[in-house]
Amino acid sequence: MPRLEEHCWSCSCSASVKTQELSSARWVVCKTAEMMSIITSVLSHAYGSLHSLQSANLIRRGLVLFIVGVVLALVLNLLQIQRNVTLFPEEVLDTLFSSAWWIPLCCGTAAAVVGLLYPCLDQHLGEPHKFKREWASVTRCIAVFVGINHASAKLDFANNVQLSLTLAALSLGLWWTFDRSRSGFGLGLTTAFLATLIAQLLVYNGIYQYTSPDFLYVRSWLPCIFFSGGVTVGNIGRQPGSTFVFRNET
Amino acid sequence: MNEIQEERIRQNISAAFYRHGLLCASYPVPIILFTSASILTCCYPLLKLPLPGTGPVEFTTGVRDYSTPSHESQGDLSERPDWYRGPPVAYIQQVLVKAAVSPWDNSLVPVDVFRSPLGRVFSVLEEIRNHVYTDRSLEALCLQVTDLLPGLRRMQAVLPEHGCLLVSPGNYWQNRRDLFDADPDLLKTVHQHEPKGLHTSATLKDLLFGVPGKQTGVNLYSKKRVVTYTITIALSSYDARFVASLRARLKQLHPSANCTLREDHMVHVHFKEEIGIAELIPLVTTYIILFAYIYFSTRKIDMVKSKWGLALAAVVTVLSSLLMSVGLCTLFGLTPTLNGGEIFPYLVVVIGLENVLVLTKSVVSTPVDLEVKLRIAQGLSNESWSIMKNMATELCIILIGYFTFVPAIQEFCLFAVVGLVSDFFLQMFFFTTVLSIDIRRMELADLNRRLPAEAGMPPPKPGPLRPRETPPPPRPSPHTITLQAPAFRNLRLPKRLRVVYFLARTRLAQRIIMVGTVIWIGILVYTDPAGLRTFLAAQVSEQSPLGEAGLPPHLGVAPVFPGGDPTSTLSGLPAPEPTPLPENQSQGHRAAHPEVAPVSSPQITWGPEDEELWRRLSFRHWPSLFSYYNITLAKRYISILPVIPVTLHLSPQEAIDTRHPQDTHHAPPPSIKTSDLQTDLTLYKVAALGLFAGVVLVLLLFCLYRVLCPRNYGQNGVPHGRRRRGDLPCDEYGYSPPISEISPLLLRGHSMDIECLASDGMLLASCCLVGHIRVWDAQTGDCLTVIPNNGLRRSSSSGCWEHRDGWDHISACEAESLLGADFREPGGGAVGGQDVDIFPIRRRTTPARPALFGDQPDLTPLIDTNFGLSPPSQALSSSGFDFGGLVEKAYQEHEPSPTLAFPPSPPPVLPPELPPQNNGDWDSSVWAMELRGNLIATGRSSGKLELWDAVEGSLRCSNEDGVSGITALAFLNNRIVAARLNGSLDFFTVEITKPLGLLQYRGPPGRGSLPPSPCYSSEDVISCQLTRSVQCAHQKPITVLKAAAGRVVTGSQDHTVRVYRLEDSCCLFTLQGHSGGITAIYIDQTMVLASGGQDGTICVWDVLTGSRVSHVYGHRGDVTSLVCTTSCIISSGLDDLICIWDRSTGIKLYSIQQEVGCGASLGVISESLLVTGGQGCVSFWDLNYGDLLQTVYLGQSSEGQSVRQLLVLDNAAIVCDFGSELSLVYVPSVLEKLD
Repeated sequence: MPRLEEHCWSCSCSASVKTQELSSARWVVCKTAEMMSIITSVLSHAYGSLHSLQSANLIRRGLVLFIVGVVLALVLNLLQIQRNVTLFPEEVLDTLFSSAWWIPLCCGTAAAVVGLLYPCLDQHLGEPHKFKREWASVTRCIAVFVGINHASAKLDFANNVQLSLTLAALSLGLWWTFDRSRSGFGLGLTTAFLATLIAQLLVYNGIYQYTSPDFLYVRSWLPCIFFSGGVTVGNIGRQPGSTFVFRNET
Repeated sequence: MNEIQEERIRQNISAAFYRHGLLCASYPVPIILFTSASILTCCYPLLKLPLPGTGPVEFTTGVRDYSTPSHESQGDLSERPDWYRGPPVAYIQQVLVKAAVSPWDNSLVPVDVFRSPLGRVFSVLEEIRNHVYTDRSLEALCLQVTDLLPGLRRMQAVLPEHGCLLVSPGNYWQNRRDLFDADPDLLKTVHQHEPKGLHTSATLKDLLFGVPGKQTGVNLYSKKRVVTYTITIALSSYDARFVASLRARLKQLHPSANCTLREDHMVHVHFKEEIGIAELIPLVTTYIILFAYIYFSTRKIDMVKSKWGLALAAVVTVLSSLLMSVGLCTLFGLTPTLNGGEIFPYLVVVIGLENVLVLTKSVVSTPVDLEVKLRIAQGLSNESWSIMKNMATELCIILIGYFTFVPAIQEFCLFAVVGLVSDFFLQMFFFTTVLSIDIRRMELADLNRRLPAEAGMPPPKPGPLRPRETPPPPRPSPHTITLQAPAFRNLRLPKRLRVVYFLARTRLAQRIIMVGTVIWIGILVYTDPAGLRTFLAAQVSEQSPLGEAGLPPHLGVAPVFPGGDPTSTLSGLPAPEPTPLPENQSQGHRAAHPEVAPVSSPQITWGPEDEELWRRLSFRHWPSLFSYYNITLAKRYISILPVIPVTLHLSPQEAIDTRHPQDTHHAPPPSIKTSDLQTDLTLYKVAALGLFAGVVLVLLLFCLYRVLCPRNYGQNGVPHGRRRRGDLPCDEYGYSPPISEISPLLLRGHSMDIECLASDGMLLASCCLVGHIRVWDAQTGDCLTVIPNNGLRRSSSSGCWEHRDGWDHISACEAESLLGADFREPGGGAVGGQDVDIFPIRRRTTPARPALFGDQPDLTPLIDTNFGLSPPSQALSSSGFDFGGLVEKAYQEHEPSPTLAFPPSPPPVLPPELPPQNNGDWDSSVWAMELRGNLIATGRSSGKLELWDAVEGSLRCSNEDGVSGITALAFLNNRIVAARLNGSLDFFTVEITKPLGLLQYRGPPGRGSLPPSPCYSSEDVISCQLTRSVQCAHQKPITVLKAAAGRVVTGSQDHTVRVYRLEDSCCLFTLQGHSGGITAIYIDQTMVLASGGQDGTICVWDVLTGSRVSHVYGHRGDVTSLVCTTSCIISSGLDDLICIWDRSTGIKLYSIQQEVGCGASLGVISESLLVTGGQGCVSFWDLNYGDLLQTVYLGQSSEGQSVRQLLVLDNAAIVCDFGSELSLVYVPSVLEKLD
């Protein structure tokens, strides 16, 4: 561990000296890109609202989910990178934000899809989700999810099995605390399975790699993370549409 | 057995909580003091902890008895920090060189200030390198570095690449004297490695010179002409004798005459782990999530006096419980090793704000009329079980976490446990008490605020604050109207307003600011922290006649920066008189006024500030130096040895000798200019950057705002958005409904506003202000029958339609001209229905009618237009209310007119040859109407109950037993219940004298929830008999009457709800629980009873036992209507909110804010489809998700009218009434979507 730390520390230090101007420029570019995306989303949103109320609601929901997914992916990925859990090729890891630009996008899309699937599934099964439907509990859920990620990156466990078991227990606890619905559990499991499969394939094809894989090519706690992520995103997606605008809720 | 025990535990807990609540509410101040004291006590150990942050920490030891600390911690040395273990990374020995050319000669050029002093560094270096003490040389002791980081190729030429880590300004020239001598421009060499733009961390110049850049004196316009630099040696091991001998040697070679630096202290500096931006981002994210959580949680605090105050109290509770936990853990010797800042958000999330919110909600939903103490106690004891259960669960989870035996998790769990317990303690003592204070304040404030709003009759108040033990006075009787004089009202402004007024009157804020500014300036001038005085002195000296001889042109302008000094101007001047001064003489004098002397010889002084010059360096100085060699100082420490002072005096001749040929050609002015410009530019750059960042931030926030809140919050902004896209009506979401999808069917025919609306699924009866009753087919919208007010007329449906066309064409102008002013005046008043004061006559004629009726909108359909109540003798006189008569006259006049010119009055086809019959009561107006089978029951203001045939329009029977007006009717099976204005309740039985076999049932038997109603044929003789009359069923007028499932439920102004059995009209229960008049009741076939009152509360009752199931405090203002589904309760209130509650738990699921003044009507079409009325439209909502599904506009002309009543029929149709029109909306498409 100290070796890792040392590396990180010196790495960040040197990077800050060398790429100061560079990263600031990129930062501006990044910001403008963000702005542009927001503007386009506003436009698309306006168009959507012209089209139909339902789809506007859907678009708004999807947009929020996408943004949440992108931000979470960025942050959590950063957490993993700085703890040297995942390794990206050197040329990819030029700066912090250009590192694997496709990851946040993928995560955002996945979040939007999963988050919109949850209410659909609820409606389909005919059991609307009633348990803890406030934004407060949703934020709590997000915090716990970030905590699980944090734990996966930062805790020093004796062995990987222990770590994975702990995280599995934590993510089950997350589901029990914030969801407690069959559909949530099922969809979470499906998400975990598919996402782990995709991660395996990615690593197999050498897109990136884990420092110490213990479950084929990836870390064994990865399904837990995906499961809790699915539950979290579903929690956001299930928020009543009127409260999504932060307008109708008092 | 187990259950009994659990029950007992539960009771014990709730009793304990009850007592505790009483205690807290009784002695708030002592308890808050006690809690604060305990918080402070528990936080006291925190003072010993180092402040969080990444700044280095120091520890000083003596040099004499220094020995390298061992790795094992020694318990006895408590003052020793725990990081002071093991050897340091390096010992830093600095040799501080101060050199000056002395005496200063005016023949010298500015470059001479530093060229020869810098040149001496090589000899000193040589001396140091070659120093040997008893066969130990520097090579053996110093820190050997191997290689620079690969990324630092640029620095390769400057920093030592291998060997001793020894840095000095000589490194600029690879420690070679010949390179130095050959360098034409020293400054350029020094500055070429400086980073452009803004820099905060240590620069190369700082690293090599070892002193802050400003103090080196290496520039062309130095005032003191003393060059200061250090030679920094990093030693890997400490040999006291070697260092001492080196010190002695250097001192001997270069004696510093008046140096009194202390040399007995060694400073150890410990560096924390650096936090890079990569680590910062997750941290910031967790904190953002934390704040979002706190925001969303505290936003739910409602119905209290000060939302912000309570939210603050909640946050304080959580934060101080965390601090307490850390403090307690420290007290018991558990030193936190985790990064506190990182785990803090998770701890807050684990502890949570939920308990606090639950407590608040529970206390708030206790009856308002109870004493504060009791409310708190009840609220606490209600939630005691769940609080204890939650806490036990959380403790269990944390205990499980503790047994993972991962040190980090264990520590987290330990903290969390202590935090949970202390949080519980604080909730129970601190928050409860704060809540009790708040509730008490709210009670007082509420009385002040509410009462003037209620029909303007505040009670005479005994004083501004009554003692808190007395219960709040009962609501003033609604019959008494005492208007306060406005002057008296003005006396009692709220305290807050008074404070504001006081501030505004005295302009206190401005004065305080002014005085503060003056004081601040005074302090500034007096203490002179920014060198203001020296700056002024410099300015003065500049304008003195001394520099007039050959001033360079650029000095003609007054320099802005104190850097532009007279010394530089003197460079080109001939020296007036070199005055060599002994070194140790007049030093203090010179030092005090260096600028006054025209030519000053540089003086080398040693002061206490030179002892630890490294302190003035950036705190990242050492980490960055070591990081170049891939050595981290994070979580490690270095030891800084006392500095070795070296004083160098150089003669002018020496300076001249070492000159480079180009030095004399050096033109100083541009350099000054550029350096000034540089600082200037940095400043501007920073400002521009800040400005840009601000603009970007504002834009970003704006965009976010647009994305998240694209709607206008205020209701005022709604109308302008509605008419943007042409004429097409669209709702505020910018969505125009497709016209073809749902087209409302307009039912026109009434000339006045519709008052009563009744339906049994097949037929629809409506009654307008004039008293005309129209019966419509609920499926097709055809008008079947018209029962005019002035007689027993009936018209065929064809006639009705015919007339309608005619009426539409001839239209309103005629009607208006005919009916005239007296028509409009009462009509307009009746439409408003709210304003009691307009009708003095009404008050006169109905003295029993309480004024409070006026502000209940949902009563107006039932009770209105009581102008007909005037004695019959006045009916035909010019009282202005008898437009029944007026209309009749109009008919008479228009009788001979051609058939096409129909009279504009509502009764359309009126065969004029039929004289008006008198058996219909057309003096009084219809106050209540019900429709079952084909019988219409109408209750009139005169107290008469009439039964009409809906199809034929004939009066079948009437009953005049009662005198008081019928305010509400219920018609169930063959019984009719009538509530009267005087509070009595009459039960009638409808008897049909015909064989039972002929009694046919209409409609499919299973359809709907209502039992199929019998159809009465026209041959039967129907009689209506009063079976029982309950006099004084309520003390005050009955406002609501509902019947279902064999029960009749009445709600009244006297705050009670009564449940009667329909068969034997026996009163089963009197339900008490509201603290205001009952305004809405819901009961259905499944015996669900809910009631809402003027106090904004909603109670759910068990009809079988008469007990209260739940009680929520939902609206600010009256509850205007209530509907239940199997899973939730939907209520709307005067505050234009529609709240959806969970029926079993009483938790508010969400609420919908409506436009002002349209939130009264509600209906539930299916389990998950809610329909609400708005301004000329009805909106459909998905109940499960709270989504607006669709808004249907009822017609172009109906924009301004709001839907007043809304009736959901069995066949998924909605009837709503706006103004004089009815609208029939079929919603098959919505139903399909839901099915």
